[in-house]
Amino acid sequence: MTHVLDPDALPGATPAVHAPLPPYDDVTRSDSAFRAFLHGLPGVDQVGAEARVAQLGTRSIKTTSKAWAIDTAISMVDLTTLEGADTPGKVRSLAAKAKQPDPSDPTTPQVAAVCVYGDLAGVAREALVGTGIHVAAVATAFPSGRASRAVKIADVRDAVENGADEIDMVIDRGAFLTGRYLDVYEEIVAVKEACGEAHLKVILETGELKTLDNVRRASWIAMLAGGDFIKTSTGKVTPAATLPVSLVMLEAVRDFRIATGRQVGFKPAGGIKTTKDAVKHLVLINETVGPDWLDPDWFRFGASSLLNDLLLQRQKLRTGHYSGPDYVTVD
Amino acid sequence: MIGNDRLAVRKTYKLYVNGAFPRSESGRTYEVTDTKGHFHGNVAWASRKDARDAVVAARGAFAKWSGATAYNRGQVLYRVAEVMEGRHVQFCEEVASAEGLSTSKARAAVDAAIDRWVWYAGWTDKLAAVLGGSNPVAGPYFDFSTPEPTGVVAVLAPQQSSLLGLVSVLAPVLATGNTAVVVTSKERPIPAVTLAEVLATSDVPGGVVNLLTGDAEELGPWLAEHADVDGIDLTGAPAGRAMEFEREAAGTIKRVVRPPATEPDWTADPGLTRMTPFLETKTVWHPMGV
Repeated sequence: MTHVLDPDALPGATPAVHAPLPPYDDVTRSDSAFRAFLHGLPGVDQVGAEARVAQLGTRSIKTTSKAWAIDTAISMVDLTTLEGADTPGKVRSLAAKAKQPDPSDPTTPQVAAVCVYGDLAGVAREALVGTGIHVAAVATAFPSGRASRAVKIADVRDAVENGADEIDMVIDRGAFLTGRYLDVYEEIVAVKEACGEAHLKVILETGELKTLDNVRRASWIAMLAGGDFIKTSTGKVTPAATLPVSLVMLEAVRDFRIATGRQVGFKPAGGIKTTKDAVKHLVLINETVGPDWLDPDWFRFGASSLLNDLLLQRQKLRTGHYSGPDYVTVD
Repeated sequence: MIGNDRLAVRKTYKLYVNGAFPRSESGRTYEVTDTKGHFHGNVAWASRKDARDAVVAARGAFAKWSGATAYNRGQVLYRVAEVMEGRHVQFCEEVASAEGLSTSKARAAVDAAIDRWVWYAGWTDKLAAVLGGSNPVAGPYFDFSTPEPTGVVAVLAPQQSSLLGLVSVLAPVLATGNTAVVVTSKERPIPAVTLAEVLATSDVPGGVVNLLTGDAEELGPWLAEHADVDGIDLTGAPAGRAMEFEREAAGTIKRVVRPPATEPDWTADPGLTRMTPFLETKTVWHPMGV
């Protein structure tokens, strides 16, 4: 490991002095205290979680409710392209789609944000000036997170300078799985500071955390460290955003607000491809944390292909007949 | 030796979508009887959402099926005929029951259906030669035309001829490289379900053929209006509804095959009439050097 343990060693960095909000201001005083706190969180009943989401998944959302759900879901999409083959042209066309997802119907709402790699954030920012659509950039050696802290911080600063107003960071899963929770925490604190004004979304990569208990612990680390959003996955690992994982993370943000008064957003990403999946998530939010989170400021879908399916369903509701992939843009 | 008190194994007839045998999304079934009114079985009653899923499956399978070489498609279709031959006895019983035919007439119908399938299998690699060719043009170009499949074709199968009629409308769609969503005869769907089992156990990729047992009157409008369906064969459309379906299909400029006034004699030589409607002609102008 080549962690730069002393943030003063970074040029221009100030020491990351940060204590979590009360009543948790002392849980990070030492590695063992933090571990004791995280392992003291209530265990997750995995079978119960699966049964709960299965039951909520049977809710029937039709006609006007469905129309509302589709428009709400569209306004919550972080339209994403995270490929090695991304070009400025592709980002510009994505931005155009974000502004007007369905050119055949101007009443279609805008999406919430465009999510790109940090080096292309400037292109996205330029294309989205004056639209109110946010520019999210992934940083901290996304998607693996395997780089020294100095490199990760530099990655974040670069993305912010390029015009990103939301940063999607990945946690150090290696450190988490070996039990070095305080390392994970300190890294998030340092990244949050490097973000400045930009919102920080913390990606837990739940597919690599294996258990729902770990998902709950990682959620708490991210929230205690000051993350504005917790996000399930990078989209590069399967399984990604499954409903039981979403349930556990939503319970975490709910419990955190009850305890500290601070509201943290939630973003499932990866694997949400159909309108049905999206509607199931909206139901899950409403039933778990309530309508306070049914807002693009507090809930996002990280997705690329989801938007097209939402648009096809929207066209079906509008025209009364089934649409096809020829009637939406490819990317 | 099993005695006569053995319990019969009742069969659950299901849809055939994307290479699998799902129940209807709606959970509906309906009763099928033979021509004398005796109960034959419960079959899945496809809903518009099953039709939608079938179109998605057919669209997904189109690239691979249309991209296969004509020779390969012919081999796959010939293999279907082989597997049908293996189920000959079963087909004969089901056709006799569904259409009220004598044993010998049922056998003749099944023989004709298998022969029809073989006949269409032979056409796959001959279509380009017969329907395409080079065109004489007044310029320094080598100009040639080739037939290409239209895309996803919805087929309302004949209501009377449960196997020979079905094969006669389905095989030409496949031979030309299209993928199909078929609504079977409503009252005589059992041979079609068996044909689905044949297709599933031959080399036809999943999604190339999707068979929906149900009511053409209910599913017809959805398929005719569906924006991702490129052509529709209205042969089995309910009496008096074909014109309406054709009008709905016009919204997305689909290729339409109109139904004959009465169901034709399926044993007659079909010629190319059922293959050409679902082919598009691509013409290439290739510059010629000196």
